[in-house]
Amino acid sequence: MAGSTQEYIEHHLTNLTYGQLADGSWGFAHTAEELAQMGFMSINVDSMAWSIGLGLVFTFLFRKAATTATSGVPGGLQNAVEMVMEFIDETTQSIFEYKNDLVAPLAMTIFVWVFLMNLMDLVPVDWIPMLAQAVGVSHMKIVPSTDPNITMSMALTVFVLVLYYSVKCKGLLGFLKELSLHPFPSVWAIPVNFVLEFVTLIAKPLSLGLRLFGNMYAGEMIFILIALMFGAGAVFFVFGGVLQWAWAVFHVLVITLQAFIFAVLTIVYLAQAHEVDEH
Amino acid sequence: MNIGLTLIGQSITFIVFVWFCMKFIWPPLKDMMRERQEAIAAGLSAAEEADKKLAEAATGAEAELAKAREEAAGIIEQARQRANQMVVDAKTVAREEGERLIEAAKAEIDQESNRAKEALRTQVSALVISGAEKVLESSVDASKHNELLDKLAAEL
Repeated sequence: MAGSTQEYIEHHLTNLTYGQLADGSWGFAHTAEELAQMGFMSINVDSMAWSIGLGLVFTFLFRKAATTATSGVPGGLQNAVEMVMEFIDETTQSIFEYKNDLVAPLAMTIFVWVFLMNLMDLVPVDWIPMLAQAVGVSHMKIVPSTDPNITMSMALTVFVLVLYYSVKCKGLLGFLKELSLHPFPSVWAIPVNFVLEFVTLIAKPLSLGLRLFGNMYAGEMIFILIALMFGAGAVFFVFGGVLQWAWAVFHVLVITLQAFIFAVLTIVYLAQAHEVDEH
Repeated sequence: MNIGLTLIGQSITFIVFVWFCMKFIWPPLKDMMRERQEAIAAGLSAAEEADKKLAEAATGAEAELAKAREEAAGIIEQARQRANQMVVDAKTVAREEGERLIEAAKAEIDQESNRAKEALRTQVSALVISGAEKVLESSVDASKHNELLDKLAAEL
Protein backbone atom coordinates (compact mmCIF):
# COMPACT_ATOMS: atom_id res chain seq x y z
CA MET A 1 0.00 0.00 0.00
CA ALA A 2 2.83 2.38 0.89
CA GLY A 3 4.42 1.87 -2.49
CA SER A 4 1.27 2.48 -4.38
CA THR A 5 0.52 5.59 -2.32
CA GLN A 6 3.94 6.95 -3.12
CA GLU A 7 3.47 6.08 -6.74
CA TYR A 8 0.10 7.78 -6.75
CA ILE A 9 1.53 11.00 -5.34
CA GLU A 10 4.56 10.94 -7.60
CA HIS A 11 2.42 10.26 -10.62
CA HIS A 12 0.24 13.25 -9.81
CA LEU A 13 3.24 15.51 -9.38
CA THR A 14 5.03 14.52 -12.57
CA ASN A 15 4.66 16.48 -15.77
CA LEU A 16 4.26 14.96 -19.18
CA THR A 17 7.73 15.77 -20.46
CA TYR A 18 9.01 15.54 -23.97
CA GLY A 19 12.74 15.69 -24.53
CA GLN A 20 15.95 14.06 -25.60
CA LEU A 21 16.32 10.62 -24.08
CA ALA A 22 19.61 9.09 -22.99
CA ASP A 23 20.04 7.21 -26.26
CA GLY A 24 19.79 10.44 -28.25
CA SER A 25 16.29 9.94 -29.55
CA TRP A 26 13.41 12.29 -28.66
CA GLY A 27 10.34 11.14 -26.80
CA PHE A 28 8.25 11.31 -23.65
CA ALA A 29 9.86 10.53 -20.31
CA HIS A 30 8.24 7.56 -18.59
CA THR A 31 10.39 7.24 -15.49
CA ALA A 32 12.08 9.60 -13.08
CA GLU A 33 15.50 8.48 -14.38
CA GLU A 34 14.58 9.32 -17.93
CA LEU A 35 13.32 12.66 -16.78
CA ALA A 36 16.53 13.42 -14.90
CA GLN A 37 18.63 12.48 -17.92
CA MET A 38 16.78 14.93 -20.15
CA GLY A 39 18.11 17.93 -18.24
CA PHE A 40 17.34 21.28 -19.79
CA MET A 41 16.45 19.90 -23.21
CA SER A 42 12.95 18.97 -22.19
CA ILE A 43 9.57 20.52 -22.38
CA ASN A 44 6.57 19.96 -20.13
CA VAL A 45 3.95 19.37 -22.77
CA ASP A 46 1.04 19.35 -20.33
CA SER A 47 2.03 22.64 -18.66
CA MET A 48 2.53 24.31 -22.01
CA ALA A 49 -0.69 22.99 -23.48
CA TRP A 50 -2.83 23.92 -20.50
CA SER A 51 -1.28 27.35 -20.07
CA ILE A 52 -1.60 28.18 -23.76
CA GLY A 53 -5.14 26.83 -23.77
CA LEU A 54 -6.09 28.94 -20.77
CA GLY A 55 -4.33 31.95 -22.26
CA LEU A 56 -6.44 31.45 -25.37
CA VAL A 57 -9.56 31.28 -23.22
CA PHE A 58 -8.55 34.60 -21.69
CA THR A 59 -7.73 36.30 -25.00
CA PHE A 60 -10.79 34.87 -26.70
CA LEU A 61 -13.21 35.98 -24.00
CA PHE A 62 -11.69 39.40 -23.57
CA ARG A 63 -11.25 39.97 -27.29
CA LYS A 64 -14.89 39.03 -27.80
CA ALA A 65 -15.89 41.53 -25.14
CA ALA A 66 -13.65 44.14 -26.77
CA THR A 67 -15.08 43.67 -30.27
CA THR A 68 -18.71 43.49 -29.24
CA ALA A 69 -18.30 46.23 -26.64
CA THR A 70 -20.73 49.09 -26.80
CA SER A 71 -20.77 52.27 -24.82
CA GLY A 72 -24.47 51.56 -24.30
CA VAL A 73 -25.93 49.06 -21.88
CA PRO A 74 -23.34 46.28 -21.42
CA GLY A 75 -24.17 42.58 -21.54
CA GLY A 76 -23.13 39.88 -19.10
CA LEU A 77 -19.72 39.06 -20.55
CA GLN A 78 -18.90 42.69 -21.08
CA ASN A 79 -19.87 43.46 -17.51
CA ALA A 80 -17.59 40.77 -16.14
CA VAL A 81 -14.70 41.81 -18.36
CA GLU A 82 -15.18 45.46 -17.48
CA MET A 83 -15.27 44.63 -13.80
CA VAL A 84 -11.89 42.90 -14.04
CA MET A 85 -10.54 45.71 -16.17
CA GLU A 86 -11.69 48.46 -13.89
CA PHE A 87 -10.27 46.61 -10.90
CA ILE A 88 -6.88 46.25 -12.57
CA ASP A 89 -6.98 49.80 -13.90
CA GLU A 90 -7.70 51.24 -10.46
CA THR A 91 -5.02 49.12 -8.84
CA THR A 92 -2.52 50.16 -11.49
CA GLN A 93 -3.33 53.82 -11.20
CA SER A 94 -3.02 53.77 -7.43
CA ILE A 95 0.44 52.17 -7.54
CA PHE A 96 1.93 53.19 -10.85
CA GLU A 97 1.97 56.95 -11.40
CA TYR A 98 3.94 57.06 -14.62
CA LYS A 99 2.83 57.06 -18.22
CA ASN A 100 3.20 53.57 -19.62
CA ASP A 101 0.68 51.79 -21.81
CA LEU A 102 2.20 48.39 -21.10
CA VAL A 103 1.72 48.10 -17.36
CA ALA A 104 -2.07 47.86 -17.07
CA PRO A 105 -2.54 45.31 -19.89
CA LEU A 106 0.43 43.38 -18.51
CA ALA A 107 -1.11 43.31 -15.05
CA MET A 108 -4.48 42.25 -16.44
CA THR A 109 -2.96 39.45 -18.52
CA ILE A 110 -1.06 38.21 -15.47
CA PHE A 111 -4.06 38.46 -13.18
CA VAL A 112 -6.54 36.68 -15.43
CA TRP A 113 -4.13 34.15 -16.84
CA VAL A 114 -2.64 33.18 -13.49
CA PHE A 115 -6.14 33.06 -12.03
CA LEU A 116 -7.29 30.68 -14.77
CA MET A 117 -4.19 28.52 -14.35
CA ASN A 118 -4.74 28.40 -10.60
CA LEU A 119 -8.41 27.65 -11.15
CA MET A 120 -7.46 24.29 -12.65
CA ASP A 121 -6.49 23.33 -9.11
CA LEU A 122 -10.19 23.09 -8.25
CA VAL A 123 -10.76 20.37 -10.82
CA PRO A 124 -10.73 17.10 -8.83
CA VAL A 125 -7.18 15.78 -8.99
CA ASP A 126 -7.96 12.42 -10.56
CA TRP A 127 -10.36 13.34 -13.32
CA ILE A 128 -8.12 14.52 -16.08
CA PRO A 129 -5.00 12.40 -15.32
CA MET A 130 -7.19 9.28 -15.37
CA LEU A 131 -8.88 10.41 -18.55
CA ALA A 132 -5.44 10.98 -20.06
CA GLN A 133 -4.29 7.52 -18.97
CA ALA A 134 -7.38 6.02 -20.54
CA VAL A 135 -6.36 7.45 -23.90
CA GLY A 136 -2.74 6.40 -23.41
CA VAL A 137 -1.05 9.51 -22.03
CA SER A 138 1.11 8.54 -19.07
CA HIS A 139 1.17 11.79 -17.11
CA MET A 140 -1.03 14.86 -17.06
CA LYS A 141 -0.58 17.73 -14.66
CA ILE A 142 -3.36 20.17 -15.35
CA VAL A 143 -2.37 23.08 -13.08
CA PRO A 144 0.35 24.97 -14.97
CA SER A 145 1.11 27.21 -11.98
CA THR A 146 2.33 24.18 -10.01
CA ASP A 147 5.14 23.93 -12.56
CA PRO A 148 8.09 26.15 -11.57
CA ASN A 149 8.96 26.52 -15.25
CA ILE A 150 5.71 28.34 -15.83
CA THR A 151 5.80 30.64 -12.82
CA MET A 152 9.52 31.40 -13.14
CA SER A 153 9.26 32.18 -16.83
CA MET A 154 6.61 34.78 -16.10
CA ALA A 155 8.61 36.16 -13.20
CA LEU A 156 11.76 36.34 -15.34
CA THR A 157 9.92 38.08 -18.15
CA VAL A 158 8.69 40.65 -15.65
CA PHE A 159 12.28 40.90 -14.35
CA VAL A 160 13.57 41.62 -17.85
CA LEU A 161 10.99 44.39 -18.13
CA VAL A 162 12.11 45.74 -14.75
CA LEU A 163 15.73 45.82 -15.92
CA TYR A 164 14.73 47.38 -19.24
CA TYR A 165 12.70 50.17 -17.66
CA SER A 166 15.29 50.73 -14.92
CA VAL A 167 17.96 51.40 -17.54
CA LYS A 168 15.54 53.32 -19.76
CA CYS A 169 14.27 55.64 -17.05
CA LYS A 170 17.36 56.08 -14.90
CA GLY A 171 20.04 55.55 -17.48
CA LEU A 172 22.59 52.79 -17.13
CA LEU A 173 24.68 54.98 -14.85
CA GLY A 174 21.72 55.97 -12.74
CA PHE A 175 20.71 52.35 -12.37
CA LEU A 176 24.23 51.34 -11.33
CA LYS A 177 24.35 54.27 -8.93
CA GLU A 178 21.14 53.12 -7.35
CA LEU A 179 22.57 49.65 -6.98
CA SER A 180 25.82 50.84 -5.45
CA LEU A 181 24.97 53.99 -3.45
CA HIS A 182 22.01 52.60 -1.53
CA PRO A 183 21.24 52.30 1.32
CA PHE A 184 24.56 53.90 2.46
CA PRO A 185 25.44 56.90 0.28
CA SER A 186 29.19 56.65 0.65
CA VAL A 187 31.95 55.64 -1.75
CA TRP A 188 33.41 53.29 0.86
CA ALA A 189 30.13 51.46 1.24
CA ILE A 190 29.84 50.59 -2.43
CA PRO A 191 30.66 46.87 -2.06
CA VAL A 192 28.26 46.46 0.84
CA ASN A 193 25.59 48.44 -0.94
CA PHE A 194 26.04 46.48 -4.10
CA VAL A 195 25.69 43.15 -2.35
CA LEU A 196 22.58 44.31 -0.50
CA GLU A 197 20.94 45.88 -3.54
CA PHE A 198 21.87 43.02 -5.83
CA VAL A 199 20.28 40.51 -3.49
CA THR A 200 17.18 42.73 -3.34
CA LEU A 201 17.09 42.87 -7.12
CA ILE A 202 17.51 39.13 -7.60
CA ALA A 203 14.97 38.43 -4.88
CA LYS A 204 12.29 40.12 -6.95
CA PRO A 205 11.85 37.52 -9.71
CA LEU A 206 12.64 34.66 -7.35
CA SER A 207 10.02 35.65 -4.80
CA LEU A 208 7.53 36.50 -7.53
CA GLY A 209 7.81 33.14 -9.28
CA LEU A 210 8.43 30.90 -6.31
CA ARG A 211 5.63 32.38 -4.20
CA LEU A 212 3.06 31.44 -6.79
CA PHE A 213 4.66 28.07 -7.43
CA GLY A 214 4.93 27.27 -3.71
CA ASN A 215 1.38 28.20 -2.92
CA MET A 216 -0.09 26.30 -5.81
CA TYR A 217 2.16 23.29 -5.37
CA ALA A 218 1.26 23.04 -1.70
CA GLY A 219 -2.42 23.45 -2.47
CA GLU A 220 -2.26 20.74 -5.11
CA MET A 221 -0.36 18.48 -2.72
CA ILE A 222 -3.10 18.85 -0.10
CA PHE A 223 -5.75 18.01 -2.68
CA ILE A 224 -3.78 14.88 -3.58
CA LEU A 225 -3.43 13.89 0.07
CA ILE A 226 -7.15 14.40 0.62
CA ALA A 227 -7.84 12.36 -2.50
CA LEU A 228 -5.85 9.51 -0.92
CA MET A 229 -8.40 9.33 1.88
CA PHE A 230 -11.16 8.30 -0.48
CA GLY A 231 -9.68 4.81 -0.78
CA ALA A 232 -9.38 4.27 2.98
CA GLY A 233 -12.84 3.21 4.07
CA ALA A 234 -16.27 4.75 4.43
CA VAL A 235 -15.46 7.01 7.37
CA PHE A 236 -12.39 8.41 5.65
CA PHE A 237 -14.37 8.76 2.45
CA VAL A 238 -16.91 11.06 4.10
CA PHE A 239 -14.21 12.89 6.05
CA GLY A 240 -12.18 13.32 2.86
CA GLY A 241 -15.22 14.68 1.05
CA VAL A 242 -15.81 17.29 3.72
CA LEU A 243 -12.11 18.18 3.79
CA GLN A 244 -11.92 18.47 0.04
CA TRP A 245 -14.91 20.77 -0.01
CA ALA A 246 -13.48 22.92 2.79
CA TRP A 247 -10.05 23.11 1.21
CA ALA A 248 -11.56 23.95 -2.18
CA VAL A 249 -13.55 26.81 -0.65
CA PHE A 250 -10.43 28.11 1.05
CA HIS A 251 -8.47 27.59 -2.13
CA VAL A 252 -10.82 29.83 -4.09
CA LEU A 253 -9.47 32.62 -1.89
CA VAL A 254 -5.87 31.47 -2.30
CA ILE A 255 -5.91 31.26 -6.07
CA THR A 256 -7.49 34.68 -6.47
CA LEU A 257 -5.13 36.19 -3.93
CA GLN A 258 -2.05 34.65 -5.55
CA ALA A 259 -3.08 35.90 -8.99
CA PHE A 260 -3.68 39.34 -7.52
CA ILE A 261 -0.35 39.36 -5.63
CA PHE A 262 1.53 38.41 -8.80
CA ALA A 263 -0.14 41.22 -10.73
CA VAL A 264 0.30 43.82 -8.00
CA LEU A 265 3.95 42.96 -7.37
CA THR A 266 4.59 43.25 -11.10
CA ILE A 267 3.12 46.75 -11.01
CA VAL A 268 5.12 47.62 -7.90
CA TYR A 269 8.41 46.39 -9.38
CA LEU A 270 7.79 48.31 -12.59
CA ALA A 271 6.90 51.42 -10.60
CA GLN A 272 10.18 51.08 -8.71
CA ALA A 273 11.97 50.73 -12.03
CA HIS A 274 10.42 53.99 -13.23
CA GLU A 275 11.21 55.83 -10.01
CA VAL A 276 13.97 58.33 -10.64
CA ASP A 277 15.96 59.09 -7.52
CA GLU A 278 16.03 62.77 -6.58
CA HIS A 279 19.09 62.91 -4.34
CA MET B 1 9.94 19.14 -11.68
CA ASN B 2 12.98 19.83 -13.79
CA ILE B 3 13.71 23.22 -15.29
CA GLY B 4 13.77 22.96 -19.04
CA LEU B 5 12.68 24.40 -22.34
CA THR B 6 9.25 25.02 -20.82
CA LEU B 7 10.81 28.11 -19.27
CA ILE B 8 11.56 29.57 -22.70
CA GLY B 9 8.35 28.36 -24.30
CA GLN B 10 6.23 29.84 -21.55
CA SER B 11 8.14 33.14 -21.71
CA ILE B 12 7.36 33.43 -25.41
CA THR B 13 3.72 32.52 -24.80
CA PHE B 14 3.53 35.07 -22.01
CA ILE B 15 4.99 37.83 -24.19
CA VAL B 16 2.58 37.00 -27.02
CA PHE B 17 -0.44 37.11 -24.72
CA VAL B 18 0.64 40.35 -23.09
CA TRP B 19 1.26 41.88 -26.50
CA PHE B 20 -2.16 40.75 -27.72
CA CYS B 21 -3.83 42.14 -24.62
CA MET B 22 -1.97 45.43 -24.98
CA LYS B 23 -2.84 45.80 -28.66
CA PHE B 24 -6.28 44.32 -29.11
CA ILE B 25 -8.02 44.06 -25.76
CA TRP B 26 -7.08 46.91 -23.46
CA PRO B 27 -7.33 49.96 -25.79
CA PRO B 28 -10.77 49.26 -27.34
CA LEU B 29 -12.28 48.37 -23.98
CA LYS B 30 -10.70 51.40 -22.35
CA ASP B 31 -11.97 53.70 -25.12
CA MET B 32 -15.43 52.23 -24.91
CA MET B 33 -15.55 52.63 -21.15
CA ARG B 34 -14.42 56.23 -21.41
CA GLU B 35 -17.07 56.81 -24.08
CA ARG B 36 -19.76 55.39 -21.85
CA GLN B 37 -18.54 57.44 -18.93
CA GLU B 38 -18.87 60.54 -21.06
CA ALA B 39 -22.30 59.46 -22.29
CA ILE B 40 -23.48 58.92 -18.72
CA ALA B 41 -22.07 62.26 -17.64
CA ALA B 42 -23.79 63.98 -20.58
CA GLY B 43 -27.05 62.20 -19.77
CA LEU B 44 -26.87 63.25 -16.15
CA SER B 45 -26.19 66.87 -17.00
CA ALA B 46 -29.02 66.82 -19.55
CA ALA B 47 -31.37 65.44 -16.93
CA GLU B 48 -30.28 68.16 -14.54
CA GLU B 49 -30.84 70.74 -17.24
CA ALA B 50 -34.29 69.34 -17.96
CA ASP B 51 -35.10 69.42 -14.25
CA LYS B 52 -34.09 73.05 -14.09
CA LYS B 53 -36.17 73.84 -17.16
CA LEU B 54 -39.14 72.01 -15.69
CA ALA B 55 -38.87 74.01 -12.48
CA GLU B 56 -38.63 77.19 -14.51
CA ALA B 57 -41.68 76.23 -16.54
CA ALA B 58 -43.61 75.42 -13.37
CA THR B 59 -42.77 78.81 -11.93
CA GLY B 60 -43.80 80.47 -15.21
CA ALA B 61 -47.04 78.55 -15.30
CA GLU B 62 -47.75 79.55 -11.69
CA ALA B 63 -47.18 83.20 -12.53
CA GLU B 64 -49.29 82.93 -15.63
CA LEU B 65 -52.06 81.28 -13.66
CA ALA B 66 -51.95 83.96 -10.97
CA LYS B 67 -52.11 86.62 -13.63
CA ALA B 68 -55.07 84.96 -15.31
CA ARG B 69 -56.84 84.58 -11.98
CA GLU B 70 -56.26 88.24 -11.24
CA GLU B 71 -57.50 89.20 -14.67
CA ALA B 72 -60.62 87.10 -14.24
CA ALA B 73 -61.28 88.69 -10.87
CA GLY B 74 -60.88 92.11 -12.50
CA ILE B 75 -63.29 91.21 -15.25
CA ILE B 76 -65.85 89.91 -12.78
CA GLU B 77 -65.50 93.04 -10.67
CA GLN B 78 -65.90 95.18 -13.75
CA ALA B 79 -68.99 93.26 -14.79
CA ARG B 80 -70.51 93.62 -11.35
CA GLN B 81 -69.83 97.32 -11.37
CA ARG B 82 -71.31 97.57 -14.80
CA ALA B 83 -74.39 95.67 -13.73
CA ASN B 84 -74.79 97.87 -10.69
CA GLN B 85 -74.36 100.89 -12.88
CA MET B 86 -76.95 99.59 -15.28
CA VAL B 87 -79.41 98.97 -12.46
CA VAL B 88 -78.78 102.45 -11.09
CA ASP B 89 -79.10 103.94 -14.56
CA ALA B 90 -82.27 102.05 -15.21
CA LYS B 91 -83.68 103.22 -11.92
CA THR B 92 -82.76 106.79 -12.72
CA VAL B 93 -84.23 106.56 -16.16
CA ALA B 94 -87.40 105.00 -14.80
CA ARG B 95 -87.75 107.60 -12.15
CA GLU B 96 -87.17 110.38 -14.64
CA GLU B 97 -89.63 108.79 -17.00
CA GLY B 98 -92.17 108.52 -14.23
CA GLU B 99 -91.67 112.10 -13.20
CA ARG B 100 -91.95 113.19 -16.79
CA LEU B 101 -95.15 111.24 -17.24
CA ILE B 102 -96.56 112.68 -14.04
CA GLU B 103 -95.51 116.10 -15.20
CA ALA B 104 -97.11 115.57 -18.57
CA ALA B 105 -100.27 114.28 -16.99
CA LYS B 106 -100.41 117.23 -14.66
CA ALA B 107 -99.89 119.59 -17.60
CA GLU B 108 -102.61 117.88 -19.55
CA ILE B 109 -104.93 118.05 -16.60
CA ASP B 110 -104.16 121.76 -16.23
CA GLN B 111 -104.65 122.27 -19.90
CA GLU B 112 -107.86 120.33 -19.88
CA SER B 113 -109.19 122.28 -16.91
CA ASN B 114 -108.14 125.55 -18.50
CA ARG B 115 -109.82 124.51 -21.69
CA ALA B 116 -112.95 123.61 -19.76
CA LYS B 117 -112.78 126.90 -17.87
CA GLU B 118 -112.35 128.72 -21.15
CA ALA B 119 -115.28 126.91 -22.71
CA LEU B 120 -117.32 127.50 -19.62
CA ARG B 121 -116.33 131.10 -19.60
CA THR B 122 -117.30 131.47 -23.26
CA GLN B 123 -120.56 129.77 -22.67
CA VAL B 124 -121.16 131.85 -19.53
CA SER B 125 -120.32 135.06 -21.34
CA ALA B 126 -122.63 134.02 -24.18
CA LEU B 127 -125.28 133.27 -21.63
CA VAL B 128 -124.58 136.52 -19.85
CA ILE B 129 -124.72 138.35 -23.07
CA SER B 130 -127.93 136.73 -24.13
CA GLY B 131 -129.27 137.29 -20.63
CA ALA B 132 -128.25 140.89 -20.71
CA GLU B 133 -129.75 141.30 -24.15
CA LYS B 134 -132.92 139.92 -22.86
CA VAL B 135 -132.72 142.28 -19.92
CA LEU B 136 -131.87 145.25 -22.04
CA GLU B 137 -134.15 144.15 -24.81
CA SER B 138 -131.64 145.29 -27.24
CA SER B 139 -128.80 143.83 -28.83
CA VAL B 140 -125.57 144.34 -27.44
CA ASP B 141 -122.98 145.42 -29.78
CA ALA B 142 -120.40 142.85 -29.17
CA SER B 143 -117.61 145.00 -30.32
CA LYS B 144 -118.60 147.86 -28.15
CA HIS B 145 -119.04 145.85 -25.08
CA ASN B 146 -116.40 143.41 -25.72
CA GLU B 147 -114.19 144.85 -23.04
CA LEU B 148 -116.93 144.70 -20.57
CA LEU B 149 -117.80 141.21 -21.53
CA ASP B 150 -114.28 140.08 -21.28
CA LYS B 151 -113.96 141.62 -17.83
CA LEU B 152 -117.07 139.75 -16.86
CA ALA B 153 -115.88 136.55 -18.30
CA ALA B 154 -112.62 136.91 -16.42
CA GLU B 155 -114.46 137.34 -13.17
CA LEU B 156 -116.37 134.12 -13.77
